[in-house]
Amino acid sequence: MTGDPNSSQDNPRDIRLGHADRGFVGKIIRLDALVTGSSLSAQELEQRLVEMGFVEGARVEILHEGTIRRDPIAVRVDNITIALRRSEAMAVIVE
Amino acid sequence: MTTASLRLALVGAPNTGKTSLFNRLTGSSQKVANYPGVTVERKSGGFVTPEGRSVTVLDLPGTYSLRGRSPDEEITRDIVLGRFDGEAVPDLVLCVADATNLRLTLRLVLELKRVGRPMMLVLNMIDIAKRRGVTIDLDRMSQELGLPIVTSVAVRKGGVDELLKRTDEFLARSHEAAASEWTTPTIADLKAAQREADRIIAVAVTLPTKPDTLTNRIDSVVLHPVLGLVVLAVILFVMFQAVFTWAQPAMELLSDGFSALGQLIHDVLPESWTLLQSFLQNGLISGVGSVIVFLPQIIIIFLFILLLEDFGYMARAAFLMDRIMGGAGLHGRAFIPLLSSFACAIPGIMATRVIDNPRDRLTTILIAPLMTCSARIPVYTLIISAFVPATTVWGFVNLQGLVMFGLYAAGITSALTVSAIAKFFLWRDHAPAPFMLELPDYKVPRLKSIAIGVFNRAKMFLYRAGTTILSMMVLIWFLASFPQAPAGAEGPAINYSFAAMIGHALEPLLRPIGFNWQIAVALIPGMAAREVAVAALGTVYSIEGGKEAADAIGQVLAQKWTLATALSMLVWYIFAPQCASTLAVIRRETGGAKWMVVTFLYMLVLAYAASFLTFNLAQALGLH
Ligand SMILES: Nc1nc2c(ncn2[C@@H]2O[C@H](COP(=O)(O)OP(=O)(O)OP(=O)(O)O)[C@@H](O)[C@H]2O)c(=O)[nH]1
Ligand SMILES: [Mg+2]
Repeated sequence: MTGDPNSSQDNPRDIRLGHADRGFVGKIIRLDALVTGSSLSAQELEQRLVEMGFVEGARVEILHEGTIRRDPIAVRVDNITIALRRSEAMAVIVE
Repeated sequence: MTTASLRLALVGAPNTGKTSLFNRLTGSSQKVANYPGVTVERKSGGFVTPEGRSVTVLDLPGTYSLRGRSPDEEITRDIVLGRFDGEAVPDLVLCVADATNLRLTLRLVLELKRVGRPMMLVLNMIDIAKRRGVTIDLDRMSQELGLPIVTSVAVRKGGVDELLKRTDEFLARSHEAAASEWTTPTIADLKAAQREADRIIAVAVTLPTKPDTLTNRIDSVVLHPVLGLVVLAVILFVMFQAVFTWAQPAMELLSDGFSALGQLIHDVLPESWTLLQSFLQNGLISGVGSVIVFLPQIIIIFLFILLLEDFGYMARAAFLMDRIMGGAGLHGRAFIPLLSSFACAIPGIMATRVIDNPRDRLTTILIAPLMTCSARIPVYTLIISAFVPATTVWGFVNLQGLVMFGLYAAGITSALTVSAIAKFFLWRDHAPAPFMLELPDYKVPRLKSIAIGVFNRAKMFLYRAGTTILSMMVLIWFLASFPQAPAGAEGPAINYSFAAMIGHALEPLLRPIGFNWQIAVALIPGMAAREVAVAALGTVYSIEGGKEAADAIGQVLAQKWTLATALSMLVWYIFAPQCASTLAVIRRETGGAKWMVVTFLYMLVLAYAASFLTFNLAQALGLH
């Protein structure tokens, strides 16, 4: 999977968590923090996401979304709930 | 065995119950609440184990990793690595985990193991885990991790007995600390550790078939895009209505009590002791008493805040407000510090330590004093009760409560505006750091810890009344009573006093905003603490007006002030930097006088400008 940079585009079911709607249930495929709207550097953002339990294979579900522009979102990651903004959730590729 | 005290340190992910354990072990009452990031300082305490070992235990801020990305997390890292000035490395690290939520803590455990300190894993909140049907194979987990494991219920009496026993056993053996192999983990390290943690959980933990649906059900209302905001507004609204309506009977009782006491002193003391009589009646009872009367309101507001904190609502409120906060250029973690500032700006400013980015932290510190702290309640209530009728509007809303709500809203709005302006002019290129917050499961608020919390707050309030306010009152009484009026002088004796001289000297400065010389006198000692202004007005007017005035400062104000002056005074208190301790904390937390001076000046300018506008507008509208 890592060998082919286009693999995620190839698989139409892979999307960024930041684009997903409320009720979405999926699994984390990988993290890609290079193209987000976050103010953090890619490295720092990825590190924080991993620290909060966003790692490959974890089950994610979008439980709630905020009022303005449906942002932020509350995501169930395995069995904990994390609130984060969509701009940071862009780094999480899910299927 | 050994005479020297052994050193334990409580380390773990945020909100796992470290402080609850600390309190249970040492009998202290440090702040506990159901959201991540409550503890931001190192707290030390001691206890004696059942076998008679004396132990020092450190409570530390929660952290997901030893990386130390914000000031609070750095404290934990430095203690664990033995880099903290003046602290020896702990003899035993107690790694505290929430038994219902092991993923993140187990990864931290694996990271901590590399530090090489003797360590024990404490699976706390085992009561909740059992209730939910989570079963944990302790032997298996202990074997996988290579660490002793013990379970605990920090909030229950006897819930740490096993921990104590195992600590004794542990300390009875000698333990060699291995050399630390800790290096700042890379992303790959973190991922590998998380995979290992997940593997251990998979083999040792059986999760229940039904997850905690109650939290989900509550959240589907509380975090609903529309209903959630309604709930938030209703909570705040009920809170301010309650501050007025529920507190009323108790406040009347207190205030009647103080009048009766004043009368008693008046009657008991011989007629010739006028000076002592005046000191007790005008200085003490009208001054300090007028502040103590507000105790019921303070209790109610803290009751609400503590209930919400313990229930787990604070993190949800942060979620709901994030967009608005972000729009004003604030960091996602700024919400809880600002909310704490409703109690008092000092813990609020301390709580900004959870914010990793120094600029974001500074902005939050600068605006924290604009949030309506509890010391403003006496000032607001006094003026509102004197000038706003206690009528009911729209069928169910107490008008006084509504005005109070408005003042809180004004505080919040101005804080957000100042932040937006600061961002626009100072740090335009700087995008606020992200919001990432664990939303903890709801917990039933524990009555005992709420009672202790409210009691501590009440004690603090009374302590202030008995120290700062009392000493200021003695000073004001003295200034307002001496020099005494010459024989045969006209008008109230206070007109000849130092207080009047000072007040009159300042009056020209304050006249444009509608303040008279009595207010000028009250504002200066009001720098020590906001409530002092109420006490000072009580003393000044009661010395001026004699016995009748002593009873009801509110009524005196209603006669002596125009509505325009009253409004101007309210607005002044939204902004004015009338609190020396807050300024001192800003200086300490920002590491220098610069930002303290900036805060003082910007708040003063805002206060003057806003009062000036309010007063002149009110006068133009003919509000006398
Ligand atoms: N039922 C139950 N609740 C607990 C237990 N231990 C702690 N709590 C609750 O869990 C919440 C968090 O407790 P704290 O002691 O503040 O947690 P902390 O680890 O100090 O948190 P930070 O200082 O933010 O890192 C509070 O609401 C406690 O009442 C326990 O053993 N059982
Ligand atoms: Mg704590």
